Amino acid sequence: MKTRGKKLKEPLDYLHRWPIQASLVGVAIFLYVPLVTLIAFSFNSDRRNIVWKGFTLDWYGKVFRDESLLAAFGNSLTIAAISTAASVVLGALTAVMLWRFRFPGKMAVEGTVALPIVVPEICMGIAMLVFFARVLPWPSNLPWPLNLGAIIIAHITFSFPFVAVVVRARLASFNRELEEAARDLGANEWRVFNDVLVPHMMPGLISGTLLAFTLSLDDFVITFFTSGPDTVTFPVKVYSMVRFSVTPEVNAASTLLILITVVLTAIALRLQGSRGISGQVG
Amino acid sequence: MAPIPKKTIIRIENVTKAFGRVLAVDNVSLDIEEGEFFALLGPSGCGKTTLLRMIAGFELPTEGRLLIDGQDMSHVPPNKRPVNMVFQSYAVFPHMTVFDNVAYGLRVTGVTGTEVSRRVDEALALVRLEDYGVRKPDQLSGGQRQRVALARALVKRPRVLLLDEPLSALDAKLREQMRSELAQLQDKIGITFVIVTHDQDEALAMASRCAVMHKGGLQQVATPSDLYEYPNSRFVADFIGSVNMIEGQLSVDMRDHAIIHAPKLDVPIYLDHGVTGAEGGTVWVAIRPEKMVLAKRVQGAPPPQSDAPPGHNVVAGTICHISYLGSVSVFEVMTVSGLKLRALHMNPTRSAVEEFTWDEPVWISWPAQAPAVLLS
Repeated sequence: MKTRGKKLKEPLDYLHRWPIQASLVGVAIFLYVPLVTLIAFSFNSDRRNIVWKGFTLDWYGKVFRDESLLAAFGNSLTIAAISTAASVVLGALTAVMLWRFRFPGKMAVEGTVALPIVVPEICMGIAMLVFFARVLPWPSNLPWPLNLGAIIIAHITFSFPFVAVVVRARLASFNRELEEAARDLGANEWRVFNDVLVPHMMPGLISGTLLAFTLSLDDFVITFFTSGPDTVTFPVKVYSMVRFSVTPEVNAASTLLILITVVLTAIALRLQGSRGISGQVG
Repeated sequence: MAPIPKKTIIRIENVTKAFGRVLAVDNVSLDIEEGEFFALLGPSGCGKTTLLRMIAGFELPTEGRLLIDGQDMSHVPPNKRPVNMVFQSYAVFPHMTVFDNVAYGLRVTGVTGTEVSRRVDEALALVRLEDYGVRKPDQLSGGQRQRVALARALVKRPRVLLLDEPLSALDAKLREQMRSELAQLQDKIGITFVIVTHDQDEALAMASRCAVMHKGGLQQVATPSDLYEYPNSRFVADFIGSVNMIEGQLSVDMRDHAIIHAPKLDVPIYLDHGVTGAEGGTVWVAIRPEKMVLAKRVQGAPPPQSDAPPGHNVVAGTICHISYLGSVSVFEVMTVSGLKLRALHMNPTRSAVEEFTWDEPVWISWPAQAPAVLLS
């Protein structure tokens, strides 16, 4: 590798220069200090999030004893799991359809699929409110988790386009000759899809799953308009708690949520990473 | 060798393929015989790939029939045809090992157990990749990936192997090596090969028979040497190799000789055979550069005598360009009448390069049997 500077041998060596380091530190502060504050104060023994009094785990104990918070948490995870599964299937099939076929009005379909991504969330929320009030009144007396149906449907509506867009982008790099090769070797349409297309889509499917899951887990606006008194999700619950004051209990609950998201992301990245590495090294 | 009775393996009957209003293949009829190494040759956009894809089943003919082994395959899907294909990009499955790639075509059609590994090992041995079974495609070179694609197709024991521009992605040295390897492989296993290429050298070097395609139609179907020496049209003469093309009028057409007057040439062209053309009609004379003979032109000395009657087939000119290509040199000669002719000379000795120099006055002549006369 050739560079002009005598000390710099690798691109990463530029990290040793102070302006680069300073800007890195700045970005890190900007991104992570609020989160660190939130996590730190979840261990604060004072009721108020202003001064540090001492270390305690009481707030975590309180979170685990707060049944309505736990119920909201359970609702959120359930909604996220179901809506993610549905979004990935629906989004992947939409992507394959848009990639594979030519049909009249394809441009229009492609545009409308992306619409929920750009429509302001508040509009989506109101639309959902009206939809479930007038068109598809969701009975509120159904047993759990069926009573979450309205929220799940709303979440699928706004998350499957993200999956579709990600998978569609991945499909653009697919070599059609792979599909033809499989056909040529005796595979029927289903085997081609399963043996060649799905493995190619896999990175897109994993990113899509992650996106859909996190979008669903932390959605507030749309959920707020579709949830009822018995179907409160974690963000909605936190909002109602915050209306009085931000207690360390909220901090503790939020920290747990961050932990779950980070762990899930790490797992997903690891799955994706090992796939990528196996593709390169064996 | 005793003549082997030939059996038609692929019969293409009046096949037309239209994409919208464009005719990619226009009423082509062609028989390919068992055991042939058949090349579809032509410039890009001539329809050769479409024809190959119709044999594979990826395109369906708009009109006409396609028979493989006497059975109508016109509308049979690709996975049910007894042919296999090597793709231009090789299309080796990136997420599978070499072994799994080759085994795919067997497993997907229900072959199981030890037969899979036996046949895969056999196919990998055929392309000399015995030790590469556990590798992933991205650990292979381009040439090795192509061998995987070959093994993957051959393991199915197809009646016909189709190859779509198989050598175009390889570098020049490897391409030449794969050329002879493909030809040897075909000889060894005896499967009919149909190859699509735009590279005339490739087709001439490997194929036992070539079809030259132009604008969706077959221009000429012949052995490589017949294509080169007896082209049936200006297009073929020009497409295969390099040629001096001279337009002229047929002024004498007898059984044993013919004479053509070219406006741009101040001597008539003499041929030692008759031409079945109308006297006075326009014809084109194609003379290959290597059949041209150069001689030094010295003031006062008579022109060299070819086997044509005096005053025919010899022109005075000056060397205006020399391309030295190592084994051969190509001389461009500007004739006194203003026509540029090319002559190709071998460089058999190490001093031959200096035989002719730039701006040197020369005679350029050709024997009476050298010109091919083209009517279209």
